[in-house]
Amino acid sequence: MEAHATTSGHQEHAHPRAAVYAKVGLILFVLTALEVGLYEFTYGEHAGPTASAIQPFFVPLLLLMSAAKFALVAMFYMHLKQDSKLFTGIFVFPLTIAAVIIVGLMILMAYHMWFARTG
Amino acid sequence: MTAVAHDVPHGLEHATATGLDSRKLAIWTFIGSECMFFATLISNYLVNKGRSLVGPFPHEPWTSPSGEHFKPILEIPLVTLGTALLLFSSLFVVLALSGAQRGSRKALVGWLGATIFCGIFFVGMQVYEFTHFVHEGLTLKTNLFGASFYTLTGFHGTHVTIGVIWLLTLWILGLRGKIPPSKSLNLEMAALYWHFVDVVWIIIFPVVYLIK
Repeated sequence: MEAHATTSGHQEHAHPRAAVYAKVGLILFVLTALEVGLYEFTYGEHAGPTASAIQPFFVPLLLLMSAAKFALVAMFYMHLKQDSKLFTGIFVFPLTIAAVIIVGLMILMAYHMWFARTG
Repeated sequence: MTAVAHDVPHGLEHATATGLDSRKLAIWTFIGSECMFFATLISNYLVNKGRSLVGPFPHEPWTSPSGEHFKPILEIPLVTLGTALLLFSSLFVVLALSGAQRGSRKALVGWLGATIFCGIFFVGMQVYEFTHFVHEGLTLKTNLFGASFYTLTGFHGTHVTIGVIWLLTLWILGLRGKIPPSKSLNLEMAALYWHFVDVVWIIIFPVVYLIK
């Protein structure tokens, strides 16, 4: 990957060139188009006979594509790939807590609703 | 990897134990706290998803007891356009930053202007969407969907608006030639905030608009 070096205090890091940014932008655009296309062919106006076969994979595929987009922006546009690992730690640690909060609350509420129904 | 030396530093103003600029460390810490802030809002939306007793609903039509018919309320095509522009704005802001670091005022002002345009379009799209929803009968207190939807997307929209104001300030400074390469960190901090706002939308868009 081509890069030009910039300095931030004592830490040297190389930010990618415009061509790399453009390639990442193109991938992000394609992934968004795929997300919407997947929705259209599964639940939207263009849903055909194959829709029921796609439905079990719909949410995992969407989450996978979103995760890929998230990682691309964080790595290339937010420069976590090149910058100090301390920044990655400061971002990823609360991000992990955030993910645990989301999953934990969903499990808790699902259990609560199940318990409320069954007594 | 070909590397081209860039002789202008970001301008570390004082020595730090980490060797990193404290301002950059501060913006990353702020972004970390924002991750948890949005996690609570996304959790709130997800745990209340599908639990509204009355419509309008996001993806299903609904007929009220009085016989009034409501269409599914979400409009995917318009929001997809807003999403695409927000993603492009992330590309534009890194190109503006690259221009600032090279000392190219033309690139800085041009790409930053494009970023601001995309941000304003996104906020405008959200204002239109909210107004349309209210006219369709969905308010903050109509049902659980309305409450959690407006809270989540409203807070995100507020963040975008703050980002637009921040970038607009830097655009004016850039236009006056007050962002030399030695001060490009000022733009880098705003760009990091802008990218964060973008990655939050990357999560919100499928969760709210695409997953039924």
